[in-house]
Amino acid sequence: MTRPGRPQRERVVLAHRRGTRVVHTRVEVQEQTEVGDALVRGLVRAQLGLALRLAAVVAGGMAALPLLNAVFPELSAATIFGVRLNWLTLVVLVYPALYGVGRLFIRLAEQGERDFMGVVDDDSPPR
Amino acid sequence: MSEPTATALTAGSLLVAAVATVAVGAYGVRLSRTTSDFLVASRAVGARWNAAAISGEYLSAASFLGVAGLIAKYGADALWYPVGFTAGYLGLLLFVSAPLRRTGAYTVPDFAEFRLGSARLRKVAMIVVVTVCIFYLIPQYQGAGIALKALLGVPVWIGPVAVGGIVIVNVVGGGMRSITFVQAFQYWLKLTAVAVPALALLMHFGHEHPQLGGPLPPTVDQQTVVAVETDVVVTVADPAGVTVSGPTYDGSLPGAGQYTLPAGTTLTLAAGSRTPVVAGAPASGSEWIKSGGGLGGKHPLYQVFSIMVATFLGAMGLPHVLVRFYTNRDGRAARRTALSVITLLSLFYLFPVLLGVFARLYVPQLLITGKADAAVLLLPSAAIGGLPGELLGALVAAGAIAAFLATSSGLLVSIAGALSTDVLRGRVRDFRMVALIAGLIPIPLSVVAPVLELSRGVGLAFAVAASTLCPLLVLGIWWRGLTAAGAIAGLVLGALASGVAILVATTGWVDDDVLGGWLTTLIGYPAAVTVPLAFATMVVVSRLTKGDVPPDVARIFARMHVPERLGMGVERVPRG
Repeated sequence: MTRPGRPQRERVVLAHRRGTRVVHTRVEVQEQTEVGDALVRGLVRAQLGLALRLAAVVAGGMAALPLLNAVFPELSAATIFGVRLNWLTLVVLVYPALYGVGRLFIRLAEQGERDFMGVVDDDSPPR
Repeated sequence: MSEPTATALTAGSLLVAAVATVAVGAYGVRLSRTTSDFLVASRAVGARWNAAAISGEYLSAASFLGVAGLIAKYGADALWYPVGFTAGYLGLLLFVSAPLRRTGAYTVPDFAEFRLGSARLRKVAMIVVVTVCIFYLIPQYQGAGIALKALLGVPVWIGPVAVGGIVIVNVVGGGMRSITFVQAFQYWLKLTAVAVPALALLMHFGHEHPQLGGPLPPTVDQQTVVAVETDVVVTVADPAGVTVSGPTYDGSLPGAGQYTLPAGTTLTLAAGSRTPVVAGAPASGSEWIKSGGGLGGKHPLYQVFSIMVATFLGAMGLPHVLVRFYTNRDGRAARRTALSVITLLSLFYLFPVLLGVFARLYVPQLLITGKADAAVLLLPSAAIGGLPGELLGALVAAGAIAAFLATSSGLLVSIAGALSTDVLRGRVRDFRMVALIAGLIPIPLSVVAPVLELSRGVGLAFAVAASTLCPLLVLGIWWRGLTAAGAIAGLVLGALASGVAILVATTGWVDDDVLGGWLTTLIGYPAAVTVPLAFATMVVVSRLTKGDVPPDVARIFARMHVPERLGMGVERVPRG
């Protein structure tokens, strides 16, 4: 919504309009008008989709480990620095992966919430 | 561990840990005044404090003692327990943390009523919460009994009484506010108590470098005498040096094979002889180090998958963990708390794994009776002689007692919170009275109930949690179609299915060979069946009672998912 080049004039005009607009859209969400409900539905769907996608990646990866081991036992018998691959995976590698997915989720979920607030409030430009 | 100095050191460190716990709790007591302090610490706990408190509370005796024991016994497949215990928080972060906090509820039953507006559902949820907590509390008390017996040689009932007493004092005194400090303190105590011995042994190990994945069972390095207290079947790979005296066998064993040793048998292992291993557990090092062997019994691949389901989803259904997320300021802080918990748990679990490996090397005689839960406690003094070993042993003992105390106090707050607000009027006085009674009742129960391995017992409590409260929360938060009737049906069926499985598993009524071993395996690892069953029941019954979807579901969803900045949040308080 930012239009570079004419910042000064825009701000003056918006400053007046913003007050009414904020109240207007906020009330739509708070009072559960059709528009407000559609906005909330969109937010819920986006957050659920994000959570499900990340969960599918993690669950798929985890479930693949015992299956891979069952099909290719020689793979987990390989050693790196004297540690067997199956132990290395489950004792060390899995944990940073879990943390990474969690961190990514927080970033994207908060981005989604900011976008939602951006639509509702219109004064917080999407960062 | 009968030497007087070792016992004195251990007793001293236990006393220090207990006194420190009460002292830290007393600090919180001075700050606790209102009902909100007692139930949710006035929702003012920061993400880091809360993460330490959750980790402190969550790392129960099952993690502190049990994980190492399971790894010593079963090897690679037991590694799934710590992985699952950690991954559960990713599930919590993705699906539950922020919306749960934004409901503004103060207990899990209160969430149920907020979401579906049904007083009856609230009662059912309350009963499930109390049941899960008691299922979880009993192994904690039992573990305390076993640990104190192994360390000090006192009767088993002393442990439950001591732990119960301390926990009741803290919870009655200051509720959630008070135990937040206690649990955060105990996380760091436990981490120290498990990390220092593990690192000390790692240096020792690097020095000597014995072989782990060999074709034979582990050996004892000095003459060892093992008394069998309950009947056990063992696999003997190499009978050289093993002598038995007891009701059925006397003298040396005729050859390799399986032997049933009745209670009262004494095994003497000469220095350098191969340890017999309890039947069902891998005997040779090469079997132990391989993945895919399962955790005793048949169908190992199914066992691993069921453990995954129970532990990944179980954390989402543990009332004492969920209630801690209500103590955060807002949904954002709740998410950060869950992520910090993943970090703290990842750091912690490295060490029980190491200790499990060392236990197989240095105290393999524990594998004979299968009572590997004591491994962590006995390991330091067995592997490192003299005063350093005894000091490390005392440190581990202090960590173990911290584990029992932290988890038990969290469970007791959950029970007291649910009962005092749902049955009584939710005043501070009610909370204190319920905490006192609910803390006392499990003490006699823990003495009479059959003792499972700690991780197995807690794993079963996870299965109940994953089959009841997890579907309620996940569907409640994300699916508008859920109805009160659907939620009740799912809770009841999930609780019954997993509860019956646990009952049968602990009593051992079912023969191991029925239906190719599937029946025993399903009962021992019920989550992979009962969790989908509970989810499906909730969905199907909700579809059948479509008309009962709460009329204000849109407003409720907005409140759960819209950021607090919009100003829709309402903090619920008990009616009293």
